Amino acid sequence: MSKGVLVDLTKCVGCGSCTVACKLYNGNAWDETTPTLGDKAKLTGKNWTVVHHKEVKDSNGQPVWRFVKQQCLHCKEPACVSACFAKAFQKTEAGPVIYYPHLCVGCRYCMVACPFNVPKYEWEKAFPLVTKCMMCSDKVEKGEAPACVSVCPADVFKFGEREELLKEAKAIIAKDAKYVKHIYGEEEVGGTDWIYISDVPFDQLGFKTNVTKRSLPSYTASFMHATPFVGITWGVILTGLYHYTKRRNQVSKENNKNIKA
Amino acid sequence: MASHAQAQKWSFRITPIRVLLLLLSAVAIGAIIFRLVTGLGTVTNLSDEWPWGLWIGFDVLCGVALAGGGYGTALIVHVLHKDYFHPIARSAMLTSLLGYLLVMAGLFLDIGQWFNFWRPFVSWGHHSVLFEVFWCVSCYTTVQVLEFGEIATERVGKQFHSIFKKALPVLMIVGIIFPTLHQSSLGALYLLMVDKLYPLWWSPIIFLFFLMSSFFVGPAMICVETTLAGKAYDHWIPIPILRKLVRISGYAMILYLIIKIVDLTNRGVLGLAFSGTFEANWFLIEMIFGIIIPIVIAFTGFSNSRSGLFTFGLLVSCGVVLNRMNVVVTGMIRSTGVSYVPSLWEFVVSAGLVAMGVLAYCFIVENFKILEHDNHSHAA
Ligand code: SF4
Ligand code: SF4
Repeated sequence: MSKGVLVDLTKCVGCGSCTVACKLYNGNAWDETTPTLGDKAKLTGKNWTVVHHKEVKDSNGQPVWRFVKQQCLHCKEPACVSACFAKAFQKTEAGPVIYYPHLCVGCRYCMVACPFNVPKYEWEKAFPLVTKCMMCSDKVEKGEAPACVSVCPADVFKFGEREELLKEAKAIIAKDAKYVKHIYGEEEVGGTDWIYISDVPFDQLGFKTNVTKRSLPSYTASFMHATPFVGITWGVILTGLYHYTKRRNQVSKENNKNIKA
Repeated sequence: MASHAQAQKWSFRITPIRVLLLLLSAVAIGAIIFRLVTGLGTVTNLSDEWPWGLWIGFDVLCGVALAGGGYGTALIVHVLHKDYFHPIARSAMLTSLLGYLLVMAGLFLDIGQWFNFWRPFVSWGHHSVLFEVFWCVSCYTTVQVLEFGEIATERVGKQFHSIFKKALPVLMIVGIIFPTLHQSSLGALYLLMVDKLYPLWWSPIIFLFFLMSSFFVGPAMICVETTLAGKAYDHWIPIPILRKLVRISGYAMILYLIIKIVDLTNRGVLGLAFSGTFEANWFLIEMIFGIIIPIVIAFTGFSNSRSGLFTFGLLVSCGVVLNRMNVVVTGMIRSTGVSYVPSLWEFVVSAGLVAMGVLAYCFIVENFKILEHDNHSHAA
């Protein structure tokens, strides 16, 4: 069973405590060029989580502010894990998708593959590594909530078993009419361990809503499984052809020495 | 012949063009060293939005596709024993070998932890398509070096020649399996990008398109190469041989076009091609100049002339380059939100790698039996 986090966007006040907790816990430096808070907030090699400030219209057409925390969604079947050819990305039993820097080659296929553009690169370094939120995996392993979750003063997050959280989320949006009837992360790319509920449609909050519901690794799985068989069959066919055509040429040469080779 | 080779000295003519190529290579090597020491950020315009750029798109994807001529020719000449095409076999394989060495160089440059390049040999991310690409390209390059061993030992290390000659059929067959696998898996890399790559290029069978185009670009590259080599060395491959090859290519392209249209129609995105968008226009250019016009050339009298063959070769090769660049860049712009223009140094390094390839080709052609090898046993 994997752990997850339920994010209730209606409760977030945009204080940014979570982004500070993340930096402190993971020892990430302050990013001089890119903020972790506001409308210019952006994930970078140093910012593993950010809180976007969005001015949107609520259901009555009134302008309101909403605050969206962004980090790796810890997909149930992560594209980044299936993309990495050196096993530098791995999904743990407990849920977090973690990165082993010593295995990384730096090809950046994971970055291209992640449907949410989460992994970032240390472009300014001579020997850059990929970075991203690892859901404080050592804490989660012990059953504790990630650093960002535990510091939130507004009770935005719930940490627990993903399937339990999903049930809870369903109950909340069924009970309270202000919520949009969608749980982001329930089905997106086959499901994510971080799931979101909101009272403003997700596309207005900058969520990528047109993503496939199929797990991304399943797109490549059949290709990969077929490969060895295709390779072997092809080899047999080629060997057969090689001997057949060679013999045929010899026979035709012996039968008729004048034939043009 | 053997005594003739012995008497021959190592030679490398120096012409103004070669001086230029040498200069370009030298500048590129400088840039490469600088990049390896200081990292990617200083030299390239790559960013978190554009983790892959010109080097992956051109040096690797186009490089592998254009070098695909080697396996196609090996298939036709050595497995199907169509001896008719023998005169082109060696030069096609040489281009292919050099192409792959450049691809390996390009890949090596592009990876951030280049001293860690050997990791996937021990840490098997076997569910990754890139894992397959990595293994197949490494093995195939080795096989090609060994295949070249048969040619090289005609001149150096002659005592090993018979061993290489015996091993050749096995090498040839292995040397066809690997490219078939990795040409298609290079396309399959993009299966994961279903929500990122524009639907005109993303396809559940994108691997098939990559494989087929790498096959039909082979004869096109041979046309370009033999024309250039013909001019430089006054060694002309008879037109009928090339024309037959071009026809094989033509049939493959017709098939490609049909599958493409069926695939687009099935996914309901054929209309996008005529929607007048930025992507649509590039897509149409790719299809019209890279596929449709060349098919017409292949099956009309125009391909009965040197200029016709050369035009065919250029159009198809550029078409395939455009296709790969469309996949890596054009088709990704919309989902990325920002555009990407490679830096000057990215261009210099790419051009420099090509220059090194051309120089190596010239050197090898002038010193080994590549263009003329009529006494080469037909039984091989
Ligand atoms: S959101 Fe991206 S980085 Fe995070 S687990 Fe999913 S694919 Fe991997
Ligand atoms: S950049 Fe590193 S972590 Fe990402 S796919 Fe390549 S080797 Fe794996």
